[in-house]
Amino acid sequence: MNTHPQVLDGTGAEISGLSAPAIGTPRTRVEGRDKVSGKARYAGDIPIERLAHGAVVTATIASGRITAIDPSATLASPGVIGVIDHRNAPRVDPEAGSPFFGPDGQLQLLQDDQIAHGGWPVALVVAETHEQARAGAERLRVSYVEQPHDIAFSPGHPAARPALSAFGPDANKGDLDAELAASAVVVDESYTTPAQHACAMEPHVATAWLEGAVLRGIDSNQAPYGIAAQLATLFGKPLSDVRVQVEQVGGGFGSKTGLGPQLILATMATMLFHRPVRVALTREEVFLATSARPRTDQRVRLGADRDGRLRAIGHEAAFEISGKSEFIENCVEIAKTLYAADAIRTRLNVVPLNILPVASVRAPGTAPGSFALESAMDELAERLDMDPLDLRRRNEPEVGPVSGLPFTSRNFQLCLSEGARQFGWAGRDHRPRRRREGHLLIGTGMAGTSFFTTAFPSSATITAEQDGTFTVAIAAIDIGTGARTALHAIAADALRVGWDRIRLRIGDSAIGPAWQAGGSLGTTSWGWAIVAAARDLLEQLESGPALPVSVTSDTTEEIMSRPHRERHSYSAVFAEVAVDPATGEVRVRRLVGRFAVGRVVNPLMVRSQLTGGMIMGLSIALQEEVVRDEVSGRQVNADFAGYHFAANADVPFIDADFVEDHEPDDPLGMKGPGEIGTVAVAAAIANAVWHATGKRHRELPIRLDRVIED
Amino acid sequence: MKEFAYSRATAVHDALTSVVGQENARFLAGGTNLVDLMKRGVETPDRLVDVRALPLDGVHEARNGDLVIGATTTNSDAAAHPEIRRRYPALSQAVLAGASGQLRNMATVAGNLLQRTRCAYFADLSSACNKRVPGSGCAAVAGVHHNHAILGASPACVATSPSDMAVPMMLFDAVVHYETLDGKGEIPISRFYRPVGDTPHLETTLPDGALITSVTLPSAAAGERSRYRKVRERASYAFATVSVAADLVVRSGQVREVRIALGGVASHPWRARIAEEELRGGPATPERFRAAAEAELSAAKPLPHNGYKLRLARNLIQSVLTEIVH
Amino acid sequence: MTNDARSEISLHINGTTHRLTVDNRRTLLDALREDTRHIGSKKGCDFGQCGACTVLVNGRRVVSCLTLAVAAEGAEVITVEGLAVNDELRPVQEAFVRLDGLQCGFCTSGQLCSAVGVLAEHAAGWPSAVTPDLSPDQPHRPLDADEVRERMSGNLCRCGAYPSIVRAVLEAAECEEVNR
Repeated sequence: MNTHPQVLDGTGAEISGLSAPAIGTPRTRVEGRDKVSGKARYAGDIPIERLAHGAVVTATIASGRITAIDPSATLASPGVIGVIDHRNAPRVDPEAGSPFFGPDGQLQLLQDDQIAHGGWPVALVVAETHEQARAGAERLRVSYVEQPHDIAFSPGHPAARPALSAFGPDANKGDLDAELAASAVVVDESYTTPAQHACAMEPHVATAWLEGAVLRGIDSNQAPYGIAAQLATLFGKPLSDVRVQVEQVGGGFGSKTGLGPQLILATMATMLFHRPVRVALTREEVFLATSARPRTDQRVRLGADRDGRLRAIGHEAAFEISGKSEFIENCVEIAKTLYAADAIRTRLNVVPLNILPVASVRAPGTAPGSFALESAMDELAERLDMDPLDLRRRNEPEVGPVSGLPFTSRNFQLCLSEGARQFGWAGRDHRPRRRREGHLLIGTGMAGTSFFTTAFPSSATITAEQDGTFTVAIAAIDIGTGARTALHAIAADALRVGWDRIRLRIGDSAIGPAWQAGGSLGTTSWGWAIVAAARDLLEQLESGPALPVSVTSDTTEEIMSRPHRERHSYSAVFAEVAVDPATGEVRVRRLVGRFAVGRVVNPLMVRSQLTGGMIMGLSIALQEEVVRDEVSGRQVNADFAGYHFAANADVPFIDADFVEDHEPDDPLGMKGPGEIGTVAVAAAIANAVWHATGKRHRELPIRLDRVIED
Repeated sequence: MKEFAYSRATAVHDALTSVVGQENARFLAGGTNLVDLMKRGVETPDRLVDVRALPLDGVHEARNGDLVIGATTTNSDAAAHPEIRRRYPALSQAVLAGASGQLRNMATVAGNLLQRTRCAYFADLSSACNKRVPGSGCAAVAGVHHNHAILGASPACVATSPSDMAVPMMLFDAVVHYETLDGKGEIPISRFYRPVGDTPHLETTLPDGALITSVTLPSAAAGERSRYRKVRERASYAFATVSVAADLVVRSGQVREVRIALGGVASHPWRARIAEEELRGGPATPERFRAAAEAELSAAKPLPHNGYKLRLARNLIQSVLTEIVH
Repeated sequence: MTNDARSEISLHINGTTHRLTVDNRRTLLDALREDTRHIGSKKGCDFGQCGACTVLVNGRRVVSCLTLAVAAEGAEVITVEGLAVNDELRPVQEAFVRLDGLQCGFCTSGQLCSAVGVLAEHAAGWPSAVTPDLSPDQPHRPLDADEVRERMSGNLCRCGAYPSIVRAVLEAAECEEVNR
């Protein structure tokens, strides 16, 4: 791989002979040349000798059990090697799961005859080619007894119960009812958001094989180490006998943080058939059998004095969940940190249904949560007859509004003012339906957010080589974030050497424990470990030892010993929309985002990531929704023709940039820019649509049939 | 996908001969719809006869001035053709509004006219669908039908045609020419698509084993000011929610000529003859356009979740006609 | 497998002729990826709904996932691996890297092949759905951002690199105009 990126000045022009620190300098991706010439290798691209292919068969019912599987036609089909179903699959550990949410029933593939959601994998057909495997899968006859399914989500569902509290307890500050009663103006509205999918362009794919006792896997995922650990537990192997690798990952957006069905099924197949087996999920299977962001229903109550000072924030959210695994879609997180108020109360409930298990999709919790809270803030501004920007300026907290803890660095106001200035917000007529261009209605809107940040323990190994280079190894992964390039820069600066002397190894669970590309904290967590290892190595090198010398450093202690403080990123987003009331079409004309995301390692890539996040927010506002058939209980739009997200023509040039920010409790001053771009955009667009048309949209997406006028 | 035999025909007669007596043979052109349906198991041919090497490509003007579009002309070539752009701009606009640049480079004009519905239940073998398996029922009526038909549907099927191209073809009174081993034939597009009734699996009046050889656009039907407008759930690369093709000639404020066709509302492109009748000879005003659209749509039978298409179709007819006037 | 279900074909890929025996079911995409190791073309949906598999066949961009390999018999195929000339990136490839018109990179091969197709289609005078006047007698207009957005809309990018992609294609278009 050519790992010499171009160094760019602020305008994108190339600079030569630069010897400044690597951090803070815009650089092109180290794998950029490989990616534009077709040489970058993804999990499905690696050639393996004697490879067999697995095709998945998924349940066509949403609830019930399998009564019979007749594989005779499949086994007679050309090229078929065998069929795995619940009768012959290797048994797995029922306790396997995640550290946050406990045992995960979604990992229990092919273990019994029970069906709890449409699309659940019921068999794997293994054949010499993938066409043969698919043809064999089409011939597999599976019989079911169907039972009534329940996919009817509502916050008042009889099975509703509190969500797990692993992400913090409910807020119970002050007396919400009393403060609402004392408020001059009150908003009490409910907001709903649909289930959504991550839709990484690369479908989940894995290849597994056995090398003696060692289970090897090449898997498209966001967490090589974490997934190897899950896989080891699931199949009862010591972690030293499991190795998961990947070079490039075609996007994740949360959907590849956990052990996916592709790797579990490929592992089972290689155990049974003693061949390397690749399982490439089809796009439909990615929709039906991986995971999704849950539907939410959120009641927001705000109370304020006439001057806009908030007295009360109530945010009660419910989200759907499958019966198989727990998850926390923490919609109420922002209500605990963004604004000061005398009373703050949050509740978070789950409603178990016969649906695909829910899990992380970019900005879990905050993406739907900010839509509700920041729409309600706009409604409050409307009822106060106040500039919504001023309302947000008026409620800046001194300390954590619920926790009482100090903030490490809080630059929300800077985001608001910089964003407003860039957008040209000043002088906006705040009354709705005032601007027209021909038959189009024009409106502007804004929203803001906070986004929780921290760092997670990781380990890195750095070797000072005899030739003067440094090999930096960490079980990190670059899913398109630019992590590889950023870690390269971090290592160069930490070792105080030029870019050329760093050799970076990532994407291999065997390197050692490391956090995932998740929570917007991959590069932050890995960077800290590299800094720690570089510091330890440089210390050792002072005594002039014989080379090579390796050190491995782990950040667990340092991270755990930080003081308790409120640590967040912040953003402000401004949107302009044009609405055709005759057709209901909404087009986003302008999007400006300003972000306080700590120190920026690579401005070029961070702007890309923030821009991309905002585009996902645009899609969430206008297009994205899982549509389920109430009769069959199954998703009916499980493809890209039915599940829409933004195409190029939907997206204007976007102004996404960062403000000066620094996280004092991180050795590099970093927070994470990975997800915050997606947050607050839906509210900003919904608020702009209200401003254009006078109609509130409390239900996403803002489809044309909801906008069209008589 | 099931195994199948493949051959490439180089003469029309060979193509026709190679499918004779084979119920499960299909002509393959661009493949953008057929290969898709084969992957889903909806189409299960034993034999594909590739017709793209046949001498049926290209657009030319007939002696009588009609424009002849060869059956295997790609959508891209049709849309870019100077005479189509000049005389039938709504057809160019419709083609360009469909699918993507890549798909338009593959898809052919004849294939487009035969495009099957994009109803999700039609594409899913585990769902009831009378179009795919006659007599199995229609899952869409009680299921998800947000984007289904409001006109001309039946309890047996509420699917819509996804074709953009077919809408202006209906507007311009195109004629479909075909060949069978018995000889040549032609069908005006107004009689090309069958009513749904209780036989939604029978979609066209094309005889068994027939190969479309060309589509002609009558010179008398040309409309230099004709327009196509498509509304969909994103700005590009999505099937129509509702689309309108229209042509209008106004003299001294009075409607001299008017033609309107709708897409996304029925099992086939819908010629709005009631609205045309309402407008002909009357004043060309937005109010009249709206009233005419409402007259056309008075026969509509929306389902519980697609009633918005009534408003959309009405507004769209009104705004396209108004745009042509201005 | 019966003999009827397989075919002997020749594919001319990036200037090299490959003789293959393929299952008639095999798509051009799979023939590229599995039989001839052109892994740059990607399978994002396999149903013509994302554009990640876009290649040029006889000079025109197509989705290789809906093209049967057997139907591409004899065709000239250019994949992303064939865009660079003597290891020298094309202007559009170079612009993608420099302007960061990619993140995860999975859609990138398709975006690039599509972009090359777009530039050729525009140079040939083909209009798009956003071309204001379709009349063939209009003078040739240079590509603008809206034209590029519409013409590139058959290539989905979930990372949201669209704005940089548009800038990169516009730069490449300028480059080609200068060269003409």
